[in-house]
Amino acid sequence: MLKKEDYFKPIDKRVQDSEFIALKPKSFAADVWERFRENKLSLFSLYLLLSIIIIAVSGPFLSPYPYDGMNSSMTNRMMSIQHWFGTDQLGRDLFTRSLYGLRISLLIGFISTFINVGLGMVYGGIAGYAGGKADMAMMRFVDIIYAVPSLLYIILLMLLFGSNVRSIMLGICISGWIGIARITRAQVITLKERDFSVAAYIQGASSFRILFRHLFVNALGPIIVEATLMVPQAIFMEAFLSFIGVGISAPEASLGTLAQDARMYLEIYPYQMIFPIAMLCLVIFSLNFISEGLGQALNPKDRR
Amino acid sequence: MIRYILKRLAMGVITLFFLITITFFLTRIMPGSPFDTANISPTMLETLERNYGLDKPLDQQYVKYLSDIFHGDLGLSYKKPGLTVNQIIARGFPITLRLGAGAFILALIIGIIVGICMSVTGSEINRGMLLTLSTLGVSIPNFVLAILLMMIFGVSLKWLPTLGLTTPKHYILPVVSLAVYPIAEISRLVHSSYTEEMNQDYVLMAREKGLSVFQIRFKHILKNALLPVITVSGPLFAFLITGSFVVESIFTIPGIGKEFVNSINNRDYTVIMGLTIFVGAIVIAANLLSDIVCVLVDPRIRLDKK
Repeated sequence: MLKKEDYFKPIDKRVQDSEFIALKPKSFAADVWERFRENKLSLFSLYLLLSIIIIAVSGPFLSPYPYDGMNSSMTNRMMSIQHWFGTDQLGRDLFTRSLYGLRISLLIGFISTFINVGLGMVYGGIAGYAGGKADMAMMRFVDIIYAVPSLLYIILLMLLFGSNVRSIMLGICISGWIGIARITRAQVITLKERDFSVAAYIQGASSFRILFRHLFVNALGPIIVEATLMVPQAIFMEAFLSFIGVGISAPEASLGTLAQDARMYLEIYPYQMIFPIAMLCLVIFSLNFISEGLGQALNPKDRR
Repeated sequence: MIRYILKRLAMGVITLFFLITITFFLTRIMPGSPFDTANISPTMLETLERNYGLDKPLDQQYVKYLSDIFHGDLGLSYKKPGLTVNQIIARGFPITLRLGAGAFILALIIGIIVGICMSVTGSEINRGMLLTLSTLGVSIPNFVLAILLMMIFGVSLKWLPTLGLTTPKHYILPVVSLAVYPIAEISRLVHSSYTEEMNQDYVLMAREKGLSVFQIRFKHILKNALLPVITVSGPLFAFLITGSFVVESIFTIPGIGKEFVNSINNRDYTVIMGLTIFVGAIVIAANLLSDIVCVLVDPRIRLDKK
């Protein structure tokens, strides 16, 4: 018969020292960051994007020209020390205008994505957690909205509310959140059966707490990947609309409107088109590469 | 399975109905009159409004509009008197369809081939390069590409014509501009699903059976790997239609895209409404079709729907 003191004996020190954890404990975020850094292209894109953001935010302050400062003696000049990107047909400095355009594009891209993710996560999370008839009803309703191409929503809204940043963001947000909602719902449905959520439930956590504190945090992986894809899509949509004339109106400078203004002079002054387009492409490229890198960093099993 | 198809069909009809309703109400809420009110006398305005049915209460207008659509009449243009929306569509849609279908077929062929190459190639460098190229292809906006191609091939090198659609050569630049994004997207999809299939057990079994590489690769793996492509072809087709808006503007091609852009710039509300509903209907139909084909091709979806 074992006596109580014999149940647990302290281990011999030599045995204790022979077993140790070699790696230091690392948080999930640090793990992801380390994997992200291995992909040199994505890392470069991240730095590129950060530089672009810094320039776009601070540039217009440092530039001596306002974006709508027309100067008829300086029209259609090539690149020079005074005008780094040259001037357009009304004498406005193209560098400043491009930076303003970048600002608008980045603003629209990030804010609309942010709103979409917020709305989508809440809606999808509730639908997935509730399950059953409520879930079905919620998703059916959303399917109808989703089936209409978002371009049409945006165009209708812009006709109604005028061609400004708010209309475009509203249009993008009308059906943009639905993709995120679907992903969140799928994740929540899988995750709510897992042991940790059952444990939280048993301990008496309210549904609200389970959903927000536990399920959302673990569902973030695919949501982040989708979100980083939505930013360049929003930027593309805005540039596309401005280019065909439905987007931001003059004298506001958006990269799309700059390209549209330069269309007429394409053969004579190609630089007027090249700079806004190059900046647009740089932003979209870097965002897409970052999204790829994030996707691989968050799902190491999927890497090829 | 028939039930699934019927359900999707019903959803499609409801969605179209929803689209028609919001388009109608959004354009009716528009401030101001669609007519140029500055130069018309009040009686003239009244007659015009009566002719176009604008004097009746809103719900009556709505019912009339619905019944008109049901009979296939999408309304008259405000800005170009005498021209009906149906005529505009009949003029422009065949052209847009030719461009879109051409781009779609091109994208399917090249995309699938490139995707298979990406999966099958032994060299990591090749695969990395192709993957990077496809990410670039997905990133570049189609109007940027159209302008670039126009500048390089039309203006500088003068190899290809840029405006209008008179000879077959005129089709090359617009179709290529439209097709690049789908090519990149399809090749990425095919690459990921083909690679997944390549590692499945049945491939090993096929090799053991002694089937030729050609047979395995194309008959067996490809058929299974194509499912995501079918799923995505509906939205891709929608993308091609909306992409045609800008490509037609750039290359001055008289298709629906250009008409749509013109009507928006002219604030020609009936044409905007009619074209929105038409384009929306096409997109909804394309998504429906790809869903149905998916279900037909993949028995797993059918059996899952208990």
